[in-house]
Amino acid sequence: MLPGFGLTLGYTVLYLSLIVLLPLAALLARSAAIGWSEFWAAATSPRVLASYRLTFGASLAAAAVNSVFGFITAWVLVRYQFPGKRAVDALVDLPFALPTAVSGIALTTVYSQSGWIGRWLEPLGVKAAFSPLGVTLALTFIGLPFVVRTLQPALADLDAELEEAAASLGASRWKTFTRVLLPPLWPPLLTGFSLAFARAIGEYGSVVFISGNLPMRTEITSLLIISKLEQYDYAGAAAIAVVMLVVSFLLLLLINLTQWWSIRRCQGGFAG
Amino acid sequence: MSIQVTHVSKSFGGFQALRDVSLEVGEGELLALLGPSGSGKTTLLRIIAGLEQPDPAPDVDVRFNGQSVAHRAVGGRNVGFVFQHYALFRHMTVFENVAFGLRVRRRRERPSRQEIADRVRRLLALVQLEAFERRYPSQLSGGQRQRVALARALATEPRILLLDEPFGALDAKVRQELRRWLRRLHDELHVTSLFVTHDQEEALEVADRIIVMNAGRIEQDGAPEDLFNNPRTEFVMRFLGAINLFHGRVENGGVRVGPMLLPQVDCALPEGQAARAFVRPYDLAVDRRKNGAAAMPAKVTRVQVTGPVVRVELEAAAGDVIWADLPHAQYRDLRLNVGEQVYVSPRNARVFAGDYRP
Repeated sequence: MLPGFGLTLGYTVLYLSLIVLLPLAALLARSAAIGWSEFWAAATSPRVLASYRLTFGASLAAAAVNSVFGFITAWVLVRYQFPGKRAVDALVDLPFALPTAVSGIALTTVYSQSGWIGRWLEPLGVKAAFSPLGVTLALTFIGLPFVVRTLQPALADLDAELEEAAASLGASRWKTFTRVLLPPLWPPLLTGFSLAFARAIGEYGSVVFISGNLPMRTEITSLLIISKLEQYDYAGAAAIAVVMLVVSFLLLLLINLTQWWSIRRCQGGFAG
Repeated sequence: MSIQVTHVSKSFGGFQALRDVSLEVGEGELLALLGPSGSGKTTLLRIIAGLEQPDPAPDVDVRFNGQSVAHRAVGGRNVGFVFQHYALFRHMTVFENVAFGLRVRRRRERPSRQEIADRVRRLLALVQLEAFERRYPSQLSGGQRQRVALARALATEPRILLLDEPFGALDAKVRQELRRWLRRLHDELHVTSLFVTHDQEEALEVADRIIVMNAGRIEQDGAPEDLFNNPRTEFVMRFLGAINLFHGRVENGGVRVGPMLLPQVDCALPEGQAARAFVRPYDLAVDRRKNGAAAMPAKVTRVQVTGPVVRVELEAAAGDVIWADLPHAQYRDLRLNVGEQVYVSPRNARVFAGDYRP
């Protein structure tokens, strides 16, 4: 075994316990304080169920949109040289750096009925702000850097010779893309997807402004938790949070398993 | 298929990689493009493949069997290309890699599943990798990977095979094996082949014909022994084979190097002109007595007996380090000792004068 294993593993377990597991345990303890029927009632009231649907649905949609357009952005940033490339590259990180409330207000300004974009969408019958679409837009905004930043190094790693080899064997551009370039990019793409998805599930600040928080329609789960807390209903808030926790964990586990599987497929097990 | 390249130039930004190069490769020939890095050999190969476009010029052309392919992309030229770093698809097995060129064909031109499998297995047998078809490239050694790359390039039945430093990334022993193996393969398949190398030994051993390149131009073109024995330029002399270099001046129709006067054989040079004489180590005789005018004293500094010949390192009076290769029998008769004073005399020298640009 490599030296330092015991020490570093011990540190890792301690660190994860203090920073991650302990607060989560407190959360579980809190929700366990109320009885099962009360827990169930708090976690599955119609308003809460609607918020689950919105939160997970919009997060999935946003992560999916980001996977496509983040892929294109990363592709352009890695493969082409053009003036202003560095500025565009820096722009990608902005959603990371901006306080979420600021992004929320900015997005609301742009997409509301009188906003720069909202004003053109309104006559088309598309209501962007104060609708599930607005929630998805905000979650897309904050998730973009995750996909771009995980894909960039993987794309830079792709050797130009691979494309030349495929071309010399008679493959069209499209077949070269789908059969040679894309397969090694699946694992980082899945990582980017799951990061963007995880971030979106927990998002609060940027969404509450653009969503309008209409009960049953545009309330996200984080907002419900906050409002329960404001009413001093700690147990109710904890119950909803536990459901979020379990579902998020299962979804992320599923995505990670898919990723392990695709990496295994990509590299063919162990070098022997 | 024969190849004709005419008046090809290529520059990258301010760097001129090729300067008006023309060459011809005969049907079934195995030709080496030999030169130091930056000499333009890889660029020339890539232009023939269609991976690079030559600079536009009125009479520039690349023809296969007399037919211009200048406007065809790499996929339409039906050439097999082998890269120095293999460029294998790492998410595909050996089998899938070799089958790739057949599987990406349009449905109408694609062989049946069974035909593809048969052809892939035949090629894997040819490169002696039948047992590895389910492995991934990461599970193969460098030599095995390059053989997969070769099988993959041959799968589409190209009429021309282009290899870019195919053994450059391999260690010496594997290289030697693969060289011999490539030669045998070529004798079996007779596909017109060009390979790029900076290793003169490799070129001399494998190729039917060698084109030596330097600074974007062709220095000399000929059979290996022709290049080795009759280098036309100083560059070829220096690049092919080991040499001893003597700086001297033209004197009485010969070349004076210190106390030694070398009779000059080829063209007449003006008296007093600076000249350089090149002597192959095996053309340098070592003796205890001064043997005619074409000899100079030297001190034995090192003797290396392991190898096909005995390598004697000497220091000339002027401080130049020279070396002589002696047959073992002669070395035993001479009984040389390190530190001993001897005379060296070239049996054969080639003289070049004028400026030398490497």
